[in-house]
Amino acid sequence: ELFYDSVEARKYTANTRMIEIQQQLTQRCIELLNLPEDQTCFLLDIGCGSGLSGDELSELGHVWVGMDISRDMLDVASEREVEGDLFHQDMGQGVGFRPGTFDGVISVSALQWLCNADKRSHNPRKRLHRFFSSLYACMSHGARAVFQFYPESPDQMELVTTFALKAGFTGGIVIDYPNSTRAKKVFLCLFAGTVGTLPSGKSEH
Amino acid sequence: RSCRPRMMRLLTHNMLTSHVKGVKNGYPLILRVGELVVQEVEFNPDFIVRMLPRLDWPALVQTANSIGRPEIPAIPATVPEQPESNEEFLRAAHTLLLEVHIKEGEMECPESHKVFPIRNGIPNMLLEEEES
Ligand SMILES: [Zn+2]
Repeated sequence: ELFYDSVEARKYTANTRMIEIQQQLTQRCIELLNLPEDQTCFLLDIGCGSGLSGDELSELGHVWVGMDISRDMLDVASEREVEGDLFHQDMGQGVGFRPGTFDGVISVSALQWLCNADKRSHNPRKRLHRFFSSLYACMSHGARAVFQFYPESPDQMELVTTFALKAGFTGGIVIDYPNSTRAKKVFLCLFAGTVGTLPSGKSEH
Repeated sequence: RSCRPRMMRLLTHNMLTSHVKGVKNGYPLILRVGELVVQEVEFNPDFIVRMLPRLDWPALVQTANSIGRPEIPAIPATVPEQPESNEEFLRAAHTLLLEVHIKEGEMECPESHKVFPIRNGIPNMLLEEEES
């Protein structure tokens, strides 16, 4: 089973080490978002799960909408009384929001699922295209989307980047601690409506 | 932090469009409310002012009228001039956009008539393969 069932969803959310990792990844995503200071922003969290990432957004005073493919994870988020609006949604089917809706988009550990064909009918390329083009359409001018993810190969990193750029985004991959097998983290950092300078990844030096 | 779960709010509903494949006029989603709850949220006038240009105000008025419940605050048909200095307006908009939570109900795509049920505050936006 690809997604978390009810028991797994609860276990995952109660695991202290897991929580800590999610928090760190979210904080780095937020840092890469580079939001204006002292402003309440309207944000989208893709693959929000049980809302651990959303808690970090709430902590900073932002208003957010989260979506996830697992209803069990969303039910845990709801029980945890997170502050975002939750949607049961498959990102590969696209997102539907008015143009210019979001000031920023984050996604923690979810994008790699989009590259899988978990059903015979799933065509990863079609789903990547649909996802990135619909996402581009609902971001405000100059907003960023930052995806921390676990690509299974350099080819997969290239695949998602290609589809993101085709949809109109600029930007690309940022890698923190590229030489460390343990600390290495991969982010797809995208700009909507502007040509931005890709932030530097963190390194040991 | 407040301590009650958030459910779909009218701010979010106003931003939603149908993501059903091939739909040209998927806005606004027709909202039918079974149960709604009003939950207090800290008043943040700056946020409301920033969101005003992104909203479709006539759609918001239409949705608010269609719900037709006493919990829904009265709002003007158009955004008043200088809304940033009109606290009465901003408070009504705040209640409508951020404090009214839809717990049970459904949304319908106005073109394809696909229905998205809302259960325990969470809309199910999943599509059939042929709709995506
Ligand atoms: Zn599917």
